[in-house]
Amino acid sequence: MGTILVGQAAPAADAAMPTVRRHIGIGTYLKRNPKLVAGLILFGSLLVFSLLGPLFIDTELARPMSAMPSQPPSSTYPFGTDDQGRNLLAVAVVGLPLTLQVGLIAGLVAIVLGTVLGLTAGYVGGVTDMLIRGICDILLTVPGLVVLITVAASIQGAISVQMMALVVASLAWMWPARTIRSQVLTLRERAYVQMAKLSGMKTPEIIFREIMPNLLPFLAASFVGSVAAAILASIGLEALGLGPQNEPTLGMTIYWAISFNAVIRGMWWWLTMPIVAIVILFISLFMISAGLDEIANPRLRKVSS
Amino acid sequence: MTWKLLGKRFGMFLIVIWGAATLNFFLPRLAPGDPIRERLFALSTQGGLTQTGVEEMVASYNARFGLDLPLWQQYLNYLVDMLRFDFGYSLAMFPAQASDLIFDALPWTVGLLLVTTIISFVLGTLLGALIAWPRSPKWLEYLAAPMLTLAAIPYYLLALVLLYVLAFSWKWFPLSGGYTTGTQPNVSLEFWWDVLKHSILPALSIILAAVGSWAIGIRGMMISTNGEDYMTFAEARGLRGNTMFFRYGLRNAMLPQITSLALSLGHIVSGALIVEVVFTYPGVGSLLYNAIKGADYFVVYGVVFMVVLALGFATMLVDLAYPFLDPRIRS
Repeated sequence: MGTILVGQAAPAADAAMPTVRRHIGIGTYLKRNPKLVAGLILFGSLLVFSLLGPLFIDTELARPMSAMPSQPPSSTYPFGTDDQGRNLLAVAVVGLPLTLQVGLIAGLVAIVLGTVLGLTAGYVGGVTDMLIRGICDILLTVPGLVVLITVAASIQGAISVQMMALVVASLAWMWPARTIRSQVLTLRERAYVQMAKLSGMKTPEIIFREIMPNLLPFLAASFVGSVAAAILASIGLEALGLGPQNEPTLGMTIYWAISFNAVIRGMWWWLTMPIVAIVILFISLFMISAGLDEIANPRLRKVSS
Repeated sequence: MTWKLLGKRFGMFLIVIWGAATLNFFLPRLAPGDPIRERLFALSTQGGLTQTGVEEMVASYNARFGLDLPLWQQYLNYLVDMLRFDFGYSLAMFPAQASDLIFDALPWTVGLLLVTTIISFVLGTLLGALIAWPRSPKWLEYLAAPMLTLAAIPYYLLALVLLYVLAFSWKWFPLSGGYTTGTQPNVSLEFWWDVLKHSILPALSIILAAVGSWAIGIRGMMISTNGEDYMTFAEARGLRGNTMFFRYGLRNAMLPQITSLALSLGHIVSGALIVEVVFTYPGVGSLLYNAIKGADYFVVYGVVFMVVLALGFATMLVDLAYPFLDPRIRS
């Protein structure tokens, strides 16, 4: 593999190198891709909410016993209060960034690990490839949430938000690694990579100057996918009671609401805040990743009928 | 299929199972704290007893459970126990074996998930394929957005909403449990009806959330299948729409879908843990939730092991069955 062209194509190399890239402005991309725009706007508004929120509301109110317990939404408590006297508006302001933090840290770790492993496996090939792919394949057959349950149950108690993120990340890198590897495999055989090889470029240079730029939209899409998966996993763990007990993340709020029977006691507002926040979060991430996917993989665009 | 492939795949399965058992063995031992000591202290303070004999008791329990043996010997014993599905005693419901609790809960979970997985697979696949089909009515397109939305949110959130609206506010369905509390599980028609009534809401929330992801999967495949030459040719030959849809389009677009079906059948044990918690449905999920709450570690690790086993087995079957499904990779 990869040695087919030796001795044939070299003379035309310079002439064939496209010096002008087909450049499409970001604006055009966005106009063509309403999903991406809508997703970014939704996600942006969540970010603005969690960044500006602390300026308008005292985050101390997210602690238990800081308000009248079990109050329905009113002008004093716009989102109501929970059974333990947390002001749910304050919980939203504190909890949303915490949940985002778990997702972003875990997603970042997963995508960095996945990229390094995927690039190595795809570009180097041989035994390295077999080893990395084998480990990924084996770990992918392991049900993530359940293993995370074991890990989280063992280090329970003092688990922090950052630790939570790392626990989630520990099983989140295989999918990016696998997909990036297969993407690298097709990129490696492209003519411009062969050209670069023939013209004497060094491997790191090829990886960073030829392969990486073409991988970027794909990386962005799988980063967003990893963030969503990490948030999903962390909320799942938290809903089972394995999250940071002292931090009011969205998942922990759901856990408290379930374990204090919010539904049977008719405290709909206790569930409304975390559910609405999580739904907006997931829809925005889903739209962003679908939009990025369309950029990375033009075949997904629906053929106009 | 060669024996070599079979052996290789089975070897992978064994590695996964061994890995899970090893993780289960070492993680609790790496964690700070000694469960037996903690448990005994908790018991003795509960009973208001003096704590004098505790150290001797810890030692005798350690000997009883083989915890005074060297680590490698404990490890080997543990692996043998795992092979026999002997996960130890439940700490919270003491005389009960963890494996008995798990096998009691399994039929509930497997029954619920098997039915819902198949229903949502059939519904989702048909809907998704129809949405991608150029000749289907325009209004189907409008279904795409809500279904994608449902697929994007975690299904247990939907379960919470359904529970509040349909069971708490409108009282159409029972609020919790797998059957009316106070009745004994039996095989009468009445009991089955009761079980059915209790399982509609959990089933509905799983189906509503899953249909969308099945639809997305088949929609993408169907769009690319529609672009194939043989579809154009089929149209040129004047084949009927139905024949083209089912025999030419759907059939070719189905393959990845069937793989995912098999995989989600493997997820049957772990697929809806949190939905069960929301509805206090007496399956594996609720068992796990209560075990975590009550620090009942043997049950937690037992459930984890069973789930890994089920999923590992299912993925192995999928991999081995794939050559039969797809003639292209049979060589």
